[in-house]
Amino acid sequence: MPNDMQTSGIADHRLSPPDYADNFSDLHAPLSDHEALVAADRCYFCHDAPCMDACPTTIDIPLFIRQISTGTADAAANTIFSQNILGGMCARVCPTETLCEEVCVRETAEGKPVLIGQLQRYATDGMMGKAHPFNRAAETGKKIAVVGAGPAGLACAHRLSMNGHAVTVFDARAKGGGLNEFGIAAYKSVGGFAQTEVEWLLSIGGIEVKYDSPLGNGLSIDDLKADYDAVFLGIGLGGVNALRADGEDKDNVVDAVDFIEGLRQASDMGTVAVGRHVVVIGGGMTAVDAAVQSKLLGADEVTMVYRRGKERMSASVFEQELATSKGVHLIYNAAPVRVIGNGAAQAVEFAYTHTVDGKLENTGETFTVTADQVFKAIGQTLDGAPDGLELDGGKINVNEVGQTSDPAIWAGGDCASGGDDLTVTAVAEGRDAAEAINNKLTAEG
Amino acid sequence: MADLTTNFIGIKSPNPFWLASAPPTDKEYNVRRAFEAGWGGVVWKTLGEEGPPVVNVNGPRYGAIYGGDRRLIGLNNIELITDRPLQQNLQEIKAVKRDYPDRAMIVSLMVPCEEEAWKAILPVVEETGADGIELNFGCPHGMAERGMGAAVGQVPEYIEMVTRWCKQYTRMPVIVKLTPNITDIRMPAEAAMRGGADAVSLINTINSITSVNLDTFAPEPTIDGWGAHGGYCGPAVKPIALNMVAEIARSEVTAGLPISGIGGVSNWRDAAEFMALGAGNVQVCTAAMTYGFKIVEEMISGLSQYMDEREITSTSEIIGRAVPNAKDWQDLNLNYIAKAKIDQDLCIACGRCFAACEDTSHQAITMSDDRVFEVQNDECVACNLCALVCPVENCITLEQQAAGTVDERTGEVIPEEYANWTTHPNNPTGAMCNVMPSDD
Repeated sequence: MPNDMQTSGIADHRLSPPDYADNFSDLHAPLSDHEALVAADRCYFCHDAPCMDACPTTIDIPLFIRQISTGTADAAANTIFSQNILGGMCARVCPTETLCEEVCVRETAEGKPVLIGQLQRYATDGMMGKAHPFNRAAETGKKIAVVGAGPAGLACAHRLSMNGHAVTVFDARAKGGGLNEFGIAAYKSVGGFAQTEVEWLLSIGGIEVKYDSPLGNGLSIDDLKADYDAVFLGIGLGGVNALRADGEDKDNVVDAVDFIEGLRQASDMGTVAVGRHVVVIGGGMTAVDAAVQSKLLGADEVTMVYRRGKERMSASVFEQELATSKGVHLIYNAAPVRVIGNGAAQAVEFAYTHTVDGKLENTGETFTVTADQVFKAIGQTLDGAPDGLELDGGKINVNEVGQTSDPAIWAGGDCASGGDDLTVTAVAEGRDAAEAINNKLTAEG
Repeated sequence: MADLTTNFIGIKSPNPFWLASAPPTDKEYNVRRAFEAGWGGVVWKTLGEEGPPVVNVNGPRYGAIYGGDRRLIGLNNIELITDRPLQQNLQEIKAVKRDYPDRAMIVSLMVPCEEEAWKAILPVVEETGADGIELNFGCPHGMAERGMGAAVGQVPEYIEMVTRWCKQYTRMPVIVKLTPNITDIRMPAEAAMRGGADAVSLINTINSITSVNLDTFAPEPTIDGWGAHGGYCGPAVKPIALNMVAEIARSEVTAGLPISGIGGVSNWRDAAEFMALGAGNVQVCTAAMTYGFKIVEEMISGLSQYMDEREITSTSEIIGRAVPNAKDWQDLNLNYIAKAKIDQDLCIACGRCFAACEDTSHQAITMSDDRVFEVQNDECVACNLCALVCPVENCITLEQQAAGTVDERTGEVIPEEYANWTTHPNNPTGAMCNVMPSDD
């Protein structure tokens, strides 16, 4: 008998191929030309627009929307790319509802912002098949090593190359893109967009990428410092926080990031096994992505449990509603006490929580949720950072232009202090570090 | 519901909404649909003289200008007068008028500027039972190249002459349709009056090229790579039309000359505005061509509600009511002082008022770090630009400053009394007033 949603335990092929195709299609279908014109017409071209301020990369949003409305989408794309070379991916994954669209004056006026994210995708998608829009400055003869081909590293490498420097990017994995390729939910980046974008970005030239080259494995920071004029670290957060609950080591209690990575790399979603009863522990984007995709893979019951209240959840209201709309059961104010099971997980016992004098405490009341599969999504940690760099709150301490405590080393993205752990923030930090590196190397002559 | 019955130069119609002479009134099928939809009258699309009909182009006949959301705000037309045989049109007019005796049926005419031509066509039109004729002295394209339409309308002597012929050879009321493609609209209106016209109708369309195709470098609408100017109409021309109607209504010479208002009338409010400036009724075309005949339902219900709310029992109470308030600039009260006021509760902080004032006006609006926009009364000249560019209705208003208070911009007390440019000390001609003896 073929598997279905009621098949016990962890199983693959719970759904039919058309169901998988439908479930993992674009979350927001691309705007048609007509839809884009209608959406663009709603922009008021605000003075000193709030949306620009809310964008970590400060894209000139009113300008690019006006360019779309006057029939010059490629010009709009260049407006976007000049600030954010990963504008295509950001258009897909940015939590616009808490950034540009949250402060759109039409949100104030009517509760319906201009569709900035979707318009950005409309403009940038059109450029993916076209020639790279930026030219490199004359070769400077300077060499820079970038560690990590995620959003921060790619943005940094691109800007350095534009400035005429020769860039070598080292990445631990066999493909570039970082979390764009391995992290975010599949329905936000369909059709292999992450790789398309990486190839398009690299087509500026001047950037050599060395894959399967993790820091530490024959590649030392001291060697990089010796061989290059500057080093940028965009290594992300390789570690995962522990649950610190009994039974965490039981079978089928896994890190959500690993589950998502496996899912992102699967060519056939039917081959990705998922539990009939899935429990996701955490309240961030990774937790939502794991929970929603479990449901889309055919899990019968998916429960996402967060230890604090709805208002404290780092996943946006939009993401929470997306989860509930897909059938995920959200439980707030509950923390895991232990994983129950004989060898493999069978259930998770939770205790309700409340805040006493600013501290989160268990109320003493507990409940149990059946679980064949438990995903831990309670945050990632810095892992594998070079020794000797000053840290701040568990991340590499950087100044406002991304320079670390070692003046020859810059850092940006999730591994660096400051800013939210968002793709768009990583792009901004990588770009700004590149400009700082360029300024320093130019000044040195 | 208010009584919308209108009597225009003796022609009664159940409402003041007529369809203008144009493509929508070219044939029986359309006009029957219009009357079924509720239109009070039609001006049948212009008939030419007996013989082979004119021909039209077979490429695009219209061009358009759009506002936001692809709203058509201006239409350009290069269609000529009817391209159907005269007899067919006459038969259809007769049939429709017979079936809709309560509706106004006006026939638009354009024949060569020769007495015999007019003398020939008038009796055959009269036979249809039509209520009146409208002389097309306005068509700006095609026909004007042949010495008709606007070519006549631009020469007051011709207008007077042809109008006189028509009054001589028919008992039907004569409406003279004026072209706006002239310098002073009062001149052709006066000529029509001298010729004995019962009324004028205006405006006809305005010479226009709506756009240029930047791939083929041809004006649009483009016929096989070339374009010719057409006639512009639709909401965009309404301000031009309103002014021309007002010019005729408030002129001493033409005061009282009945006017049928045309030009961008799109809804009941536009119609009421034309009527307030002196039009006895209105003619509509572009709005019907954009949305279909059904819009007349909104026009009827809207005007009715407006009249009911103000206890106006007849459209005649609206007609001309704004004419006494239409003045020359020099008559305006210079002691009327207003200031812009921003309603902070309605403000959505888009900053358009700030950009407009700061970049292009008087630097009278400040912007704080947290996007609060405030009018500085000591700089505000009450130009109204901020209110006009604000996307939120009534968020920015112009508030009159009370007499006796100080205008913060000039530092002077605002006088009670009315004073205009003619008596202003800066007026080199008005300064004469100052040397006139005033106290003895």
